[in-house]
Amino acid sequence: MSSKFNKVPELTARSTPTAVANAVRGLSDKAIAWLFILPTMVLLLAINIFPLFWTIYLSFTNYASNRPKRPVLNVGLQWYRDILGSPEVWSAMQSTAHFVFWTIFFQLIIGFGLAYLIDRKFRGHAFWTTIILIPMMLSPAVVGNFWKFLYQPQIGLFNYLVSFFTGIPPSSFEMLGSVKLAPWAIVIVDTWMWTPYVMLICLAGLRSIPDYIYEAAEVDRASKFRQFWSITLPMALPFIMLAVLFRGIENFKMFDMVMLLTGGGPGSTTELASITLKRQAFEAYRTGYSSAFAIILFVTVFGLANIYVKALNRVKQR
Amino acid sequence: MSASSSQAHSVVVPSSTTKRVAGSLVILYAMISMLPLFWIIATGWKTPPDSISYPPKIVFNPSLEGYCNLFTTRTRQTTEYIQSLGEPKGTCDAVTRKREMVIAGQSNYVPRFINSLTIAFGSTFLAVCLGVLTAYAFSRFKIPLADDLLFFILSTRMMPPIAVAIPIYLMYREIGLSDTALGMILLYTAVNVSLAVWLLKGFIDEIPREYEEAAMIDGYTRLQSFFKVVLPQAATGIAATGIFCLIFAWNEYAFAVLLTSGAAQTSPPFIPTIIGEGGMDWPAVGAGTTLFLIPILVFTILLRKHLLRGITFGAVRK
Repeated sequence: MSSKFNKVPELTARSTPTAVANAVRGLSDKAIAWLFILPTMVLLLAINIFPLFWTIYLSFTNYASNRPKRPVLNVGLQWYRDILGSPEVWSAMQSTAHFVFWTIFFQLIIGFGLAYLIDRKFRGHAFWTTIILIPMMLSPAVVGNFWKFLYQPQIGLFNYLVSFFTGIPPSSFEMLGSVKLAPWAIVIVDTWMWTPYVMLICLAGLRSIPDYIYEAAEVDRASKFRQFWSITLPMALPFIMLAVLFRGIENFKMFDMVMLLTGGGPGSTTELASITLKRQAFEAYRTGYSSAFAIILFVTVFGLANIYVKALNRVKQR
Repeated sequence: MSASSSQAHSVVVPSSTTKRVAGSLVILYAMISMLPLFWIIATGWKTPPDSISYPPKIVFNPSLEGYCNLFTTRTRQTTEYIQSLGEPKGTCDAVTRKREMVIAGQSNYVPRFINSLTIAFGSTFLAVCLGVLTAYAFSRFKIPLADDLLFFILSTRMMPPIAVAIPIYLMYREIGLSDTALGMILLYTAVNVSLAVWLLKGFIDEIPREYEEAAMIDGYTRLQSFFKVVLPQAATGIAATGIFCLIFAWNEYAFAVLLTSGAAQTSPPFIPTIIGEGGMDWPAVGAGTTLFLIPILVFTILLRKHLLRGITFGAVRK
């Protein structure tokens, strides 16, 4: 149709009103826009939004997925009350908070430090940056699984190296078996894996600071220390915030790596929110209860995601 | 301070001493962070006794036993029976017989690996197709509530997988999609499409509108100019986005472990279940992990220039 239209003299083409021209030449922009957006929206509605509403509905019922034939009763807000009063949930929240706080703390210090060093642009920095980035690209489940090997008392590399440098006998401590050490074992693996992420974003922040600001500071005889606190840190802050928020969201819902590493144990010392949720939903089959817990986690993540997108947009304007 | 006197001293170029110190520290970190990875790769080439020896063996005789055990299942037999078999057929047969066992059949590693490939490539293809259409619409047309829709799209990716998995599990059970490759492809497409839209919108925003406008003046319709002008221009961005989607689907564990158990199981839930006699068969795990990680290492190197963009949903472009 359009090729026939091409042959019409240009003058006629120009004098045709746009609306008519569009109708002749095919779909209007508006139709194309909706046609392009619709498939994505339909998929997200089917796989994300419909299940979400289903979860909300289930959270008010006594449905159990292993007993689908049982009559479904409305229990009102019972599950929500149970969850907020449950010591198990609060202990999971405490483990999660410990995990989120310390992983962000270490990743930020090491990640920013590395970014600062890489920004000195020594020879080969691009190559070494790529090497450093490798851990964060790996599958968290596979990482959890092989760190379990490294953490084995006696035979594990981690215990061996610790004993090599400190003289503590390698079989005298169990990173994954001890109530005291297990929460730190998962922090170490997460820090190993995700420091590169924080480093990469901090590096972008450092590189976004124009040189002339430092030149001006040098003219004003500001000390290096002062330059760091008054220029480097404040100007890289939006990027640092971005990294912190994203790591916060990701670690708040951490499941795979910790599940493979400790399975929540010993006892429930490393049982993070997602692991508790998995236990309740897929091992205890308390579908209603776990749906209510899922909704609480949803709302929290949704709130955090909102802040995160605002931070993203702030960085985008730079 | 600078070694060369012909060059004026610049405040923003670090001195060579600074560079050297920064470089050594970064290289030291890179080496330490690569240690766990080297260790698991090396373990794949050890014999089971070597893999659990104390002190850990750094120098060892490479053996194919890990790889043999990864691909086969074995049964224990009496010495007399094994001697009656005659010459071993191939390396793996010989290695297995040394442990007084015979190869009973193929392990599930290859089918699981193929599942991973099918599901990762299938979902990536769909996510990129849907993503590029949606991204184009958001980039070029005035969409009512565009910011809210984009936030909605992104927020679906931020949801805790376990919370999403509860209703998906029930839904898939109802419609017969549980433990099918199609079910996993649809699910991963839904998770990946949000990343694809955000990343591709950034890439398409960078293509000047004038290109399409020029094409449309020349008689192309909007659709033709999209396919013949915008898509070729966005090729790099589409490739980078595709690799990010592939990595996610390749690495994903939480949905895979809850929604697949046999026919459609992928590698991440399978690798931790590789066990030998009396516990984990660490050389086989090492071998399985190595083969599973190789594609990721290749992708990381291919992606290094776009990594920052990928992990910040296209916000930081460098």
